[in-house]
Amino acid sequence: MFDFSVVTTWFNDLLTVSAGMPQWLATTIECVIVGALLLLGYTVLAMFYIMYERWVCAWFQCRRGPLRVGPWGSLQIFADVIKMLIKEVVDLWKTDNFLHKLAPYFVLIASVVVFACLPWGKGLQAIDFNIGVFFMTAVSSLGVVGILLAGWSSNSKYTLIGAMRSGAQMISYELSIGIAMLTIVCLAGTMSVTGLVEAQQNGWFIFTGHIPAIIAFIIYIIAATAETNRGPFDLPEAEHELTAGYHTEYSGIHFGFFYLAEYLNLFIVSGIASLLFLGGWMPLHVAGWDGFNAVMDYIPSTVWFLGKAILVSFIIIWFKWSFPRVRIDQMLALEWRYLMPIGLFNLVLMAIIVSMGWHFAG
Amino acid sequence: MCPEAQCDASGEFLLISVPDKQWHDLARMLKEELHFDYLTALVGVDWKEELGVMYYLTNTETQEMIHVKVATTDREQPRLHSVSDLWAVANYQEREVFDFYGIEFINHPDMRRFFLRNDWVGYPLRKDYDDDPAKNPLRLEDEENEDNTYRLVEDEQGNVTRIDGKVFGDEEYVVNVGPQHPSTHGVMRYRASIEGELVKKVDVVSGYIHRGIEKMCESLTYPQTLLYTERMDYMSAHINRHCLCLCIEKAMGLEVPHRAELIRMMMDELMRLSSHLLSYGCLTMDQGATTAFFYGFRERELIYDIFDKTCGARMSMSYLTIGGVKTDVHPDFIKDVRHACDVITKNLKEYHKLFTGNIIARNRMVGVGILGKDDAINYAITGPSGRASGHHCDVRKCHPYSLYNEVEFDEVMYETGDSMDRYMVRMKEMEESIKILRQCCDMLEQEGIEGEYIAKVPKLIKLPAGHWYQQVEGSRGAFGVYLESDGDPKPFQKPYRLHFQSPCFNLVGIVDLTCKDNLIADLITITASIDYVIPDIDR
Repeated sequence: MFDFSVVTTWFNDLLTVSAGMPQWLATTIECVIVGALLLLGYTVLAMFYIMYERWVCAWFQCRRGPLRVGPWGSLQIFADVIKMLIKEVVDLWKTDNFLHKLAPYFVLIASVVVFACLPWGKGLQAIDFNIGVFFMTAVSSLGVVGILLAGWSSNSKYTLIGAMRSGAQMISYELSIGIAMLTIVCLAGTMSVTGLVEAQQNGWFIFTGHIPAIIAFIIYIIAATAETNRGPFDLPEAEHELTAGYHTEYSGIHFGFFYLAEYLNLFIVSGIASLLFLGGWMPLHVAGWDGFNAVMDYIPSTVWFLGKAILVSFIIIWFKWSFPRVRIDQMLALEWRYLMPIGLFNLVLMAIIVSMGWHFAG
Repeated sequence: MCPEAQCDASGEFLLISVPDKQWHDLARMLKEELHFDYLTALVGVDWKEELGVMYYLTNTETQEMIHVKVATTDREQPRLHSVSDLWAVANYQEREVFDFYGIEFINHPDMRRFFLRNDWVGYPLRKDYDDDPAKNPLRLEDEENEDNTYRLVEDEQGNVTRIDGKVFGDEEYVVNVGPQHPSTHGVMRYRASIEGELVKKVDVVSGYIHRGIEKMCESLTYPQTLLYTERMDYMSAHINRHCLCLCIEKAMGLEVPHRAELIRMMMDELMRLSSHLLSYGCLTMDQGATTAFFYGFRERELIYDIFDKTCGARMSMSYLTIGGVKTDVHPDFIKDVRHACDVITKNLKEYHKLFTGNIIARNRMVGVGILGKDDAINYAITGPSGRASGHHCDVRKCHPYSLYNEVEFDEVMYETGDSMDRYMVRMKEMEESIKILRQCCDMLEQEGIEGEYIAKVPKLIKLPAGHWYQQVEGSRGAFGVYLESDGDPKPFQKPYRLHFQSPCFNLVGIVDLTCKDNLIADLITITASIDYVIPDIDR
């Protein structure tokens, strides 16, 4: 399997050894390039995801989806982006203008930072440190600040109700996400992203951790759907109740940022799911089946990661286009009465299994 | 009990004329002792020398109907006693009469205009209304939120005093839902007072697309008035038109050919199917299940194709006419109807699989917005919403018209009256409609491909002096037409008064009752499940 660290090491050597730059300068240049690449990837993926959801949704709804612009409507998204970019950003009366304009950046930055931490492929990791998943949960919680700010600063009753719902929802479901992550960290014994992936060398956690891992996966998928404000948990922007929830008053590219972040959050939670449960970029390996493992290794690691993330996203999209929306009290009851207690119990179960060595060898 | 009351049994129903001061006592007696608990229609009429109201009452046990005429000769300050304490539906109905005739109702809890702006000058349905545009110019400024209301309270000596009040207090947090809102299904506006996520009170603000159809009809000939019926509840276009046709035919004493009546009935049932499919779609979409919405629309397309082939249009078909239907059905009609019935029967199962059994959908609808049987009758809630509460109100069964006596079908009844029941009644009613349609297909097949589809109708339609009331079962409840003719001998006779008793007008009356102490999300579920159509409210 191709190791991307070959490329990154070569580039580092090119700067420091061949070009003779000092280490600090080389690191700065690398950071800028990595940042630019990540932003590019972010945008391209967001565009892909918007089209992906439209096609999947059309398929569910017996429609054909976009098909006018370009082959199979594939250029539709470019038209949409251009429209979004050139639309006027409306200034509102009687609002806190600074906070109103700041809010979308909070949401966007939170999602970009988590995006940067994902395991893109073998050796393709922007930053790798020993508290990887912990860092991700910490940063992703920043997004809710942006949503609350957006709702509050718009000075509208709809946005305020949307923001309040969102606050209650995201804070609640973050608990379940955290507990599900802890369950896997307990199994892996590391919080480092690379460590987690390497630990799934001979079998993904969803297989090696068997029962508690599967329970954790289900809890994670439900909580992640809620965390990304997607249906059936799209109460903060429940179109039929609050028109558009917290971003009702946004227009132009500021609305675009919310939109972008929303789609990328879908990718991010799917990416984390694939990291924690489906082995990140690790190909499907079965201990002892060397021939099979070798074949699997021919598929590039990035394809594995993206493929898994898109597959998990499909499940989440499937939820949205099949289920009706839950009500606020039912949503909170689901979290506090069911998901969190089950999650806690599951964590204990996982701890017992790990300490007794009842899990499959990784 | 009422010595001054005069009874007249010569019309289609018993007519009681009673002076206003005895009206409330008589009303109480009619309701409590004689069990006339369902106020079917409340029609304001201007008889030139006097202004008044016609009350059509139904006994829900025997389905017997009577009507009461109450009038006043005072045109400057006309006042009648309110019966909104006896029949809750009278609350909004009396506000409508106040709006158009300026009749104030003593003891009415909330005397505001219902449709028109508060700065409207005059009462448009009065015969002496001055329609000079200078008096009511096109106003370019916004209408202020009017929170002021008043009541007229009568003490024991009979003195009437005016008490001013407010709709919402200053401390209430009022959220404006509509008139441009995705789930008010049109330009409906609610002002909801909320506490956190709990709805405390809902005030209905209506009239954003009021077109004054009743007023316009007074200057049209009878065949011309038919046109407007399809623009009220456009989801029961054929049915509304059928009702007006029946009413005019009844007044003319016209016999309609059997084949024409059969075609009309089939069109009615197709319309009902399409309406219930739409209502399934809207209810599911209002709860976030967007996919289900498309399924409902997919099947509706089949019905629209049938309409297109036979009537030449998909919406506002203008197909029924006085004496029958305009043209005979398309040769493929029976085949297409059978095909649509088969497809819908098959796909209804899919709907249930996708939505009805879903745990989220059940949690959203079961036990939400309960309307008891007594309330349903009191608020004159008919149609699927009424039957969900156990109100036996299917006009096709209670007062059979057309050929509904010749076909077999069941009246779908539920008991709890929550949103789930209202939804289920519609789903079951589709099956009943399909049953009726299949029987009709057989009957039409026996009659042959062609036949007499319209009776001989005089070129100029003139009705004798008198008044008639006809009701049919619309997709959303009992749709009634009150027609009054002055027997004008001029060649182009126009109706003296034409009132449409629309079911949705009553439906919107229970929004406050059912939404109180429910969540904001429930407001949407409940309004979707009672399934009103705005142009039917704003006629």
